[in-house]
Amino acid sequence: MLNEKNNNHHQNNIVYDVKKLNLWYGDVLALKDINLTIRENQVTAIIGPSGCGKSTFIKTLNRMVDNIPAVRTSGEVLYYGTNIFSDTLRVEELRTSVGMVFQKPNPFPKSIYENVVYGPKIHGISDKKILSEITETSLKSASLWEEVKDRLHANAYGLSGGQQQRLCIARSLAIQPQVLLMDEPTSALDPIATNKIEELINELKKYYTIVIVTHNMQQAARISDITSFFLSGEVIETDATQKIFTNPNDKKTEDYITGKFG
Amino acid sequence: MNHHNSSDNNEKNIELNNEGKLKTFFNKDIISKRMNNRILLDKVAKKLFFGSILFALIILVILFYRIGVLSIGWIDLQFLTSNLSIFPEKAGIYGVLIGSFLLMVVVIPVTLLLGISTAIYLEEYAKKGRFQSFVNINISNLAGVPSVIFGLLGLTVFGRLLNLGSSILAGGLTLSLLVLPIIVAAGQEAIRAVPGFLRDGAYAMGATKWTTVRTVVLPSALPGILTGSILAVSRAIGETAPLVVLGIPALILRVPNSLMSDFTALPIQIYYWTLDTVLTPEYANMAAATIVVLLVLLFLLNSVAIVIRNKYQRRY
Repeated sequence: MLNEKNNNHHQNNIVYDVKKLNLWYGDVLALKDINLTIRENQVTAIIGPSGCGKSTFIKTLNRMVDNIPAVRTSGEVLYYGTNIFSDTLRVEELRTSVGMVFQKPNPFPKSIYENVVYGPKIHGISDKKILSEITETSLKSASLWEEVKDRLHANAYGLSGGQQQRLCIARSLAIQPQVLLMDEPTSALDPIATNKIEELINELKKYYTIVIVTHNMQQAARISDITSFFLSGEVIETDATQKIFTNPNDKKTEDYITGKFG
Repeated sequence: MNHHNSSDNNEKNIELNNEGKLKTFFNKDIISKRMNNRILLDKVAKKLFFGSILFALIILVILFYRIGVLSIGWIDLQFLTSNLSIFPEKAGIYGVLIGSFLLMVVVIPVTLLLGISTAIYLEEYAKKGRFQSFVNINISNLAGVPSVIFGLLGLTVFGRLLNLGSSILAGGLTLSLLVLPIIVAAGQEAIRAVPGFLRDGAYAMGATKWTTVRTVVLPSALPGILTGSILAVSRAIGETAPLVVLGIPALILRVPNSLMSDFTALPIQIYYWTLDTVLTPEYANMAAATIVVLLVLLFLLNSVAIVIRNKYQRRY
């Protein structure tokens, strides 16, 4: 069992405590000695150049890396105090508590409604009334309800890219996770759709803990509370976003955010 | 992002000639001349490829013509609803049709269940490694094993060992073995074509592997699986050699009434009637008429496969 947060909204509860995490793809060390703390109701942004391991890192948090062959890890990732690599933890249970939104919108080739109720249904909710309530709530939380409420049974692939991505967010929210992991959620979207997602993240962080990987430094600066800079599989610096973007401690961070490489 | 290094040696990237213009590598006249040849070659190629199609079409037309001429006047309701008889004018293929139908009653569930399960295991559960590629290679090899050898296998295992004789069950199981590799390969292909990001969507919400397969992979792979299955079933319907080896009797039999009955099937009846044409010339007509029935059946099955494929084909 996972010890999820009890409902006292203590701002600084630790959600994830990553300790000395190493990750190998075969013989290649992709994450080196990562130490990072992620706190409740904050947006933590992971930035860094391509291939720095930021995507690998976020996929470790819900153990989606399990699906990649030849991945090995060492170290600890504590989620509310439970090591997610421990044998007693059921990965399916972890993932009901930690939702994920991917780089490319990936709705199922089903109706909008079927997409949202997918999670609740596979976890055993079959009452039509509850399911439609979940649909409305989730779509509203993902600011998509107004746009789709008249065509819930239309195929999700008829939606625009931005709407599809918000549908994927709604789909994740439908099983009421504690954490939302977002792996470059706007990299396939146009600026207007991106803007909508960013506004949404600002709204969602009141109720969820969000970890977002982004290529776009302005985005990190706009939406996150904490920013962590990854380089070649290592955490170079983690600090308040404000601090990272105005007065970073490390020269490498400064070089990156001022565009000297990357 | 800023490409710091490249700005220093920008001039070296584009090579210029002495006049400060772009270097030329191509003589346009030569290109134009060669172009003529290539266009000519393209036309020749098109004719050659069309000729290949024509070859197949001509053969098909000859086949249709031959069996059409032979079977005319023989296919009627009486032919479809009477049982076998030593008198050609009274004989019909009712029992044969029932035999083929009952064979499919065995073949379809057995192959679908075993074939799709195997494909799911190999694609979704088996670790990608030596074992998986070993099994894959063997499945491809099995698909190429001559059907008469499957007949021998069926005779040994189902006919003798399990003592099923030359019953419909023995024949059906033998044919199932024969077409299993086809369904497994088609199933694997279809499952592999389901994009990984759909599986990720399900896994990320705490779905188990089986839930993911059931709710995401199979619905998307279904058109491909069904198309492959129907093609495999068509193959089984038309197969003769394994049944001959099993010892399906060339006798006039009663209409089979259970899976343990002795039986005869469409292709095998065609085979025996053709063999006996020397004794009774009318058997040639009856064989032709049976071929027409078999071809119509195969045509129908293939049409269903095409309809399914077109109707459920999904794009991502």
